[in-house]
Amino acid sequence: MGAALASILLFWLPVAQAASQIDVYHFESGSQEDRYKALIEEFRCPKCLNTNIAGSDAPIAQDLRRTVHRLVVIEEMTDQEVRDYLQERYGDFVLYDPPFNARTWLIWVVPSTVVAVGLIVLVLLQRRTRALTVPAGDVRERVAGILDE
Amino acid sequence: MRLNTSIPLVLFAGILVMGYLAFQLGDRHQLPSALIDRDFPEFVAPDLYDPASTIARADIVGFPVLVNVWATWCPTCKAEHEFLMEIAARSDVRIVGVNYKDDRIKALQWLADYGDPYDAVLMDLDGALGVELGVYGAPETFLLDATGKVLYKRVGDVNARIWQAEIAPRLEDLGVLIAQLD
Repeated sequence: MGAALASILLFWLPVAQAASQIDVYHFESGSQEDRYKALIEEFRCPKCLNTNIAGSDAPIAQDLRRTVHRLVVIEEMTDQEVRDYLQERYGDFVLYDPPFNARTWLIWVVPSTVVAVGLIVLVLLQRRTRALTVPAGDVRERVAGILDE
Repeated sequence: MRLNTSIPLVLFAGILVMGYLAFQLGDRHQLPSALIDRDFPEFVAPDLYDPASTIARADIVGFPVLVNVWATWCPTCKAEHEFLMEIAARSDVRIVGVNYKDDRIKALQWLADYGDPYDAVLMDLDGALGVELGVYGAPETFLLDATGKVLYKRVGDVNARIWQAEIAPRLEDLGVLIAQLD
């Protein structure tokens, strides 16, 4: 009996410890939980540059998840209010979808410019090759002429 | 020059220019603070030395002040601490410490061992004040004018170079007396 109890404890203790590493949050409704999950996917972790706060173990990401939970559940903020709250404190950086402004215009303008330039080059190249190609009909006539000889 | 030979050349030049610009951007780990030119947020936090009493925003404004976010678990803070001691000894600037997500006993021990450069130290046990301030690591240091407006923020340690180039001139503009550091 004692051994059985011990083995059960030995089996579950690490599991319980692993579970304690994960944030445990309570929500008043399923939709609240969905909004929380969607929101933490949306913000970038300020410390880790290329991870969102949902996917980061950095302490600051934990703090921000707790903050988002508080804003959604206790302060009952709308999604946009939560975004504004974090942007007010951490700047455009936390938004993966940054607004167009004096500091961010490059990231908006460069990709479309590169695509536009690429298209122009493509069109120019195609015109050039078309002009250089000998019409197919001419070749056939010439070959036929040579074969006749 | 023919079009199809100039394309790789133009591309190459473009990549060079981009690379040059990227290196001009500076440290990408230094995020611009959203608080610059705005009022330092309202807060009430327990006093490290006397947790039963609190320190609020009104208690720290009225003079130009450096608000330094630190912790005993932060290795860079140790190096910075020595320099803060020097600043405290050789200038009139007030320094307020925010002990960030730390253990009170360890923090008190640290100040007893290495000296206390702060005019006041408040505790942010769970990092909630840190979120209000847009803090994402320690150390971070804010420079506030007498009205409590944030003029400047340093992410990383305040050292002799940062002090001379970024902080001392701003403090002098605010009329704070500073002795020349060696």
